[in-house]
Amino acid sequence: MFLFIAKRLVQIIPVILGVTLVVFLIMQMVPGDPAAILAGEGASQDTIEQYREDLGLNRPIAEQYLTYVGNVFQGDFGNSLKNKQPVLDEILLRLPITMELAFYSILITVVLGLAAGIISAVKPYSIRDVSVMVVALLGISLPSFWLGLLLMYLFSVKLQWLPVAGWDGPANIILPAVTLGVGGAAIVARMTRSSMLDVIGQDYIRTARAKGLKEHFVIYKHALRNALIPVITVVGLQFGSLLGGTVLVESVFAINGLGRMIVDAIRTRDLPMVQGGVLVASLVFVFVNLLVDVLYRAVNKRIDLN
Amino acid sequence: MASKVTTTQSIDLARARKNTRKERWQSFWSVMTQNKAAMVGAVIIGAYLLMMLIAPILAPFDPYDISLEDKLTPPSMEHWMGTDDKGRDILSRILYGSRLSIGVGFASVLFGAFFGITLGLIAGYYGKWVDTIISRVLDIMLAFPGILLALAIISALGPGLINVTIAVGVFSIPLFARIVRGSTMEVKKLEYIDAIRTIGANDFIIIFRHILPNVMSPIIVQGSMRLATAILSAAGLSFLGLGAQPPSPEWGAMLSSGRDFLFSAPYMAIFPGLMISILVLGFNLFGDGLRDALDPKLKK
Repeated sequence: MFLFIAKRLVQIIPVILGVTLVVFLIMQMVPGDPAAILAGEGASQDTIEQYREDLGLNRPIAEQYLTYVGNVFQGDFGNSLKNKQPVLDEILLRLPITMELAFYSILITVVLGLAAGIISAVKPYSIRDVSVMVVALLGISLPSFWLGLLLMYLFSVKLQWLPVAGWDGPANIILPAVTLGVGGAAIVARMTRSSMLDVIGQDYIRTARAKGLKEHFVIYKHALRNALIPVITVVGLQFGSLLGGTVLVESVFAINGLGRMIVDAIRTRDLPMVQGGVLVASLVFVFVNLLVDVLYRAVNKRIDLN
Repeated sequence: MASKVTTTQSIDLARARKNTRKERWQSFWSVMTQNKAAMVGAVIIGAYLLMMLIAPILAPFDPYDISLEDKLTPPSMEHWMGTDDKGRDILSRILYGSRLSIGVGFASVLFGAFFGITLGLIAGYYGKWVDTIISRVLDIMLAFPGILLALAIISALGPGLINVTIAVGVFSIPLFARIVRGSTMEVKKLEYIDAIRTIGANDFIIIFRHILPNVMSPIIVQGSMRLATAILSAAGLSFLGLGAQPPSPEWGAMLSSGRDFLFSAPYMAIFPGLMISILVLGFNLFGDGLRDALDPKLKK
């Protein structure tokens, strides 16, 4: 297992370098003179030239990229154009909030999705199964930003059970986490159902039943364990869209996380902040994928991922 | 004599091909029509497309017509979906907005499909280092979580509906490319491709005339599913203020302005969101049906 993790760590290096390259190149696409943009509006020609010199923007693009990667790996993401503070400081302030939101959302995705999928698969084509799958289909189709507003209207405005916005306590977490987790739960439920149905049709399940094992034992001990394998991959992929989804949900619920930071930075043309935010979110996703691979191997020992 | 035989043979071949195509279409049609959910999806999509086309006939008011004395009127017989903060009829704006929201969805998927299919065909057909390079680029594109790649592109290009179309389109490229690459690798090993190569067809003809039609099924299924995601992503970006700009009646942008009036006029946010949800549901239902009919291997 240690060797496997080491190998996967080596494999993700080119991906990480590629992500830095894409982020770097996207910022090169910005129309206009980057030095003038970075110097800020109304900067004098001398200041712009100073910026060009300091940031090495007059050097060849390959050299600029290498300097950028070198700085990133030393934790230097540049300074915000808005408040001139290091981008990394802002990211370190915002990232834990986004990760907390992502953690609770993925918890909802997994628990709700698995439960719904199992309920459906145990009695396929029953009213219960059809109803759960209809709800799952609705869950996939609702835009998260709309669902968030609806939940906010119902639970915060009408019933006044939960706070409207912010990130001050446990009560603030519920609505955003549900909003973000429901779409993924619907996908996990559909995947769990189909995976469970595949497994339940296998001979060894029939054998387990023929042996006289109790149904719940057959379902949870024999079927679920094997049905979980493809589900883990889906959950891993869901984490990606969930991390992207924080951008919308944080905006709806006015949460000062990484996603909202990126959107605000785009609005104010704070390019180093956008660059840093997108890069860090992508790195988190790359490492979560690695974690999913390790988990996948731990659950499914039959596959040699090396 | 020889030319006569060739002509007869080619006529027979053309007839056989036509019959096979007809049979395939009939079998696809019968599977689709038996799938009630897919038919519901098709009806929803059809209704939206019709709405898009005849929006000017259906709309009772001008979607841009500001009438401050009518602002924030709740749904009534005159304004079925109420009016917004500027007194504009929400129903009329939704009808006209369908052109933007659905248009952006289709345009971005076509953009992603064009580049994705081309890259997938090249990677799958040529293999070796070409495949390695393209696949690594796709891996990198997929390393960006959710709509973050689209956000990064918008940050460079600037906000606007066309830039959102490009950004969401780019975000679809790796998904099309991966599917086409896999299918191409399977199809290129088949004997008929060797036969075509033996009679002297060049790579361009082999790839686009003989491989592409045979990898269309997963592309169509993916395209239908991607439409749902693309419409959601584009609406989401407009909701964030990065896509359509006011006074555009794009649904995401309408939802965004409705958010400020959630307490006093919730219908401003409810109707645009409902329209997006029903359309996305339609594409999901239809996409599920297409997958079952065209790509039984993927049936879940």
